[in-house]
Amino acid sequence: MNDAAVTPRLQLTGITKAYPAVIANQDVNLTVMPGEIHAVLGENGAGKSTLMKIIYGAVAPDTGIIAWEGTQVAIANPARARKLGIGMVFQHFSLFETLTVADNIALALERDRSGADLPARIREVSARYGLPLDPDRHVHTMSVGERQRVEIVRCLLQDPRLLIMDEPTSVLTPQAVEKLFETLRRLAAEGCSILYISHKLDEIRALCHKATVLRGGKVTGTCDPRQESSTSLARMMIGSDLPHPQHRAAQAGADALVVRELSLPADDPFGTPLTNISLSVRIGEIVGIAGVSGNGQKELMAALSGERRIDDATQITLLGKAAGHLDAAQRRSLGFAFVPEERLGRGAVPEMSLADNALLTAHRQQLVHHGFVRQDAVRAYAVDTIRDYGVKAGGPDTAARSLSGGNLQKYIVGREIRQHPTMMIAAQPTWGVDVGAAAQIRQALIDLRDRGVAVLVVSEELDELFEICDRLAVIARGRLSEAKPVRDTNAAEIGLLMSGSFIAPGTEAERTFSPAGMI
Amino acid sequence: MDHLAQLLILTLAAGTPLVFAALGELVTEKSGVLNLGVEGMMLVGAVVAFIVAATTKSPWLGVLAGMLAGAALSLVFAFVALSLQANQVASGLALSLFGIGLSAFIGLEYVSVVIEPIRPWVLPGLTDLPVVGAMLFGHSPLVYLSLALFGLIQWFLFHSRAGLILRAVGESPQSAHAIGYPVMRIRYLAVMFGGACAGIGGAYLSLVYNPSWTEGMTAGRGWIALALVVFATWKPWRVLAGAYLFGGVTLAQFQAQGMGVDIPSQYLSMLPYIATILVLAFISRDATTIKLNAPASLGKSFHPYS
Amino acid sequence: MRFRLEPRPEPSRLAGWLSPVVATIAVLAIGFVLFSAMGKNPWHALYVFFIEPVDTLYDVGELLLKASPIMLCAVGLAIGYRANVWNIGAEGQLIMGAIFGGGVALAFHDSTSPLVLPLMLVAGLLGGMAWAAIPAFLRTRFNANEILVSLMLVYVAAFILSLLVHDAWRDPEGFNFPQSKMFTDVALLPNMVAETRLNVGFLLALAAVALGWVFMRKSLVGYQMRVAGLAPAAANYAGISARRTVWLGMLIGGGCAGLAGVGEVAGPIGQLLPIVSPGYGFAAIIVAFVGRLHPVGIFFASLLMSLLYLGGEAAQMQLALPSSVTGLFQGTLLLFLLAADVFINFRLRVIYPAVTPAKAV
Repeated sequence: MNDAAVTPRLQLTGITKAYPAVIANQDVNLTVMPGEIHAVLGENGAGKSTLMKIIYGAVAPDTGIIAWEGTQVAIANPARARKLGIGMVFQHFSLFETLTVADNIALALERDRSGADLPARIREVSARYGLPLDPDRHVHTMSVGERQRVEIVRCLLQDPRLLIMDEPTSVLTPQAVEKLFETLRRLAAEGCSILYISHKLDEIRALCHKATVLRGGKVTGTCDPRQESSTSLARMMIGSDLPHPQHRAAQAGADALVVRELSLPADDPFGTPLTNISLSVRIGEIVGIAGVSGNGQKELMAALSGERRIDDATQITLLGKAAGHLDAAQRRSLGFAFVPEERLGRGAVPEMSLADNALLTAHRQQLVHHGFVRQDAVRAYAVDTIRDYGVKAGGPDTAARSLSGGNLQKYIVGREIRQHPTMMIAAQPTWGVDVGAAAQIRQALIDLRDRGVAVLVVSEELDELFEICDRLAVIARGRLSEAKPVRDTNAAEIGLLMSGSFIAPGTEAERTFSPAGMI
Repeated sequence: MDHLAQLLILTLAAGTPLVFAALGELVTEKSGVLNLGVEGMMLVGAVVAFIVAATTKSPWLGVLAGMLAGAALSLVFAFVALSLQANQVASGLALSLFGIGLSAFIGLEYVSVVIEPIRPWVLPGLTDLPVVGAMLFGHSPLVYLSLALFGLIQWFLFHSRAGLILRAVGESPQSAHAIGYPVMRIRYLAVMFGGACAGIGGAYLSLVYNPSWTEGMTAGRGWIALALVVFATWKPWRVLAGAYLFGGVTLAQFQAQGMGVDIPSQYLSMLPYIATILVLAFISRDATTIKLNAPASLGKSFHPYS
Repeated sequence: MRFRLEPRPEPSRLAGWLSPVVATIAVLAIGFVLFSAMGKNPWHALYVFFIEPVDTLYDVGELLLKASPIMLCAVGLAIGYRANVWNIGAEGQLIMGAIFGGGVALAFHDSTSPLVLPLMLVAGLLGGMAWAAIPAFLRTRFNANEILVSLMLVYVAAFILSLLVHDAWRDPEGFNFPQSKMFTDVALLPNMVAETRLNVGFLLALAAVALGWVFMRKSLVGYQMRVAGLAPAAANYAGISARRTVWLGMLIGGGCAGLAGVGEVAGPIGQLLPIVSPGYGFAAIIVAFVGRLHPVGIFFASLLMSLLYLGGEAAQMQLALPSSVTGLFQGTLLLFLLAADVFINFRLRVIYPAVTPAKAV
């Protein structure tokens, strides 16, 4: 080993970054060696993203020193970061949907590297690392898994010496995660350092050589994750043991929601058509729908919530009553409640107060009289929701956008549950939520089930689905697998279904204009 | 045949201000910015061009001044809508109202002034060629300029790296920012380009098409140009086609009068506006086409630090 | 050292109400500079422009008279704007209201029934609504941009009015001038205050302000329209019909503008002329924003806008300044307002040079 090998590739010393409301990073130290796969572990809001943006030059630190291969540097912008040899794969991809793969990659490369031979180089690199890509395809026709490949190949073409991966596995099936890990191990073996951001303990233990744990913006420890248990990592991450919800066996009754052979063309050029979806959710059970995002979840939710109406009213029934033709407001009157995936902007109006946001869907709870809003009743509803669901907020007049993700989600879930639904439908109920709030939300859904409500949960988090669901189905390419009791299946089987294995060959419509689909 | 050549010349002449304004706005919109101030920028371009041409006796200096005035006015919009994050629709409306007021104010003393207009290019020999001579070589130099501008924009947007970056910014400013492009600077430039083009469009009106200055002389052409960009589904060649189509519609009134058709002039004057409405409805009904072609971030604010 | 805008955790209400004040002061400052540059005594010019127009009872009557149509239009527009329904064709809807209302007045020219005036008002209301229904229909049915459609219809409405007063409705005894007969007394809005020209149209405008406030602040439908404007996806999620929002926003704006139009021809004008409004429908757009899309704010902003019109006229007569300075001030006011609005959602932060390089090796 020569001297260069022992110089850290990246060394952060005393990095601090404060925002008006929160200190995102406080005196953070981090050392990444060449060829090391280094995990940055922390729950939502721990400051991982800010730290990565600082390394990538997208955010400037207030204080602190960044040393790159032994030399102190100021990374003023992402272009500078790339010049140093830092590449980043974003959690929310930084791709341009209407452009081709080659254009997308050219945009991230220096002018002299994006010449006419670029398509050939894309093919070559993508083949070498097992990430097949067609340079001429438009990004909007690709699945999220394929899009991630574009991001990774884009980084690899810049010959990075440090690759930052921000929560890369949330868009992948378990099998695809394995393949990604192979690619990353290979890169590391070639000397590239990898910063791997995640909150998934098992993955970090399987992949990473070293881990730096963040909590509340501070480093709470560094360790070799291969030597740790999930319990010990969790303790470093959240300061206590991972909470597990109380879960008794379901006392399922009659069918509440029945969806019968629902097909629906996409209403958006970038959307996924639904094909022949059948599903039932019984009173007192939680049914989960697993799947990689972009496989029709959004469209299914729109069809169930009434944001899109169905011509054949009887294709969706609640307790035997036809609901397909009803709009979202009418379906609520029938007993539906919904927790949407986007909290800000869909589940809540960001600029409005929590009280006004209660009125959004709960106005049927005697909050309106002869068309006029009863302000006192609205405030009382908000105050009670805040109290009953442990929402940390200034009060009913606080703007929704000033709440943390977890607190706003608790508020939305509470607002919906308190309307006494017969059927609760929740999409990604704990996405981006801190561990404590996530546990609370899961428990609330289980309690709801135990009170005899039918619950449908759409989620990309397999762990979550296995934790709270009684039966599980999988959505892939706009089709839904048969729901199976959770005790009769396992993550590997569900993972296989997520890649579309249940779809009989030849039954798929032609995919000339391919919707987001397979992995 | 002479009549046909005459019709072609008139159609191009009537369509050219729309070509300038709409092509400029197309570039602005491709960067994701909706500037509804075209009417105001055209008017200010027209009046400044006219004043400079009248004072310096040089119509070409007038064109240059009109262009600069349009760009300068667009900077006001860019500052308010981009740097200060104001609603783009409201800022654009404000710019139009401001431009209408400003142009009326500064142009007051020039209402009945007569200037030497920019004459059509007559190329001895070529223009006299039978059949095609007048059609190809009898236009105002600004008409040729507008065609050159079309070629330039077509090349820039779809064959240059800078154009690719511009389209990327319009598609997703967040992504463009994330990979390190200066979104603000690019949008500023796109807005100013749009302003400069609208300014030339205005200058064309006051120096070529109808060499004079009257309050509100654009008569809604700025708004029609905005509709043309939608009509063209953000494709330059369709802007060109649409502009000449509307030029033709504008001519209907003169033609009808020329042919001695006896209907009140108001009916014919309404035509371009009604045509705009009908065409807009016809094109917009296909939401998928619009969505596939419109810059995805059009009209949305972008703040790099939030 | 440089400056950077930093998002506020919560929007500042104070900044929201201060920004029209700041914008007004900025316009005064611009006026000061402009008048000085034109060789006028700026203090005197500002006095002529902003004080003298309102120093007698008659003048105050004029102020309120001019403010009425602007107020009516702006209250209606603001409801639409809150819901992201961008009706900028109030001027056309105003003209249509004048045509419908004026048509009734001419049709019942021989009648002395007290019902003529109410009938005119209803007709004006419907006329404005009908004209606004076109962009509403094209938006909901064909997805056509209502900004452009409503604006195009301004030109169309103006030509229709021109056509009528030049031809079918021209006063046969009017020496061939393009104008209709003068309306009879039963077709005119009664005077409200002696010694002024102020008529009951002002009460109509006040009623619209009050109704607008109740609708937006107290009713569920008004709340739902605000939601549709702030977060369209949340409106979809809550089952608030986007079609209903567009139709309501357009029809309310059009109806108010139509009333304003009939109020003009049944008020200060008293007949149909080729031009029935000096751009009240456009001024109302500015008023709606300066009034914070809030009926009470709109009340005050209308007075300011009316003053700008009167000031422009006074400046023309007494100082030989072009009356188009009014339009210039109007546009400037809105631009300054939008600029000052930045402080509602952002605050200015001074950035000192980064510390990192200072600690250099």
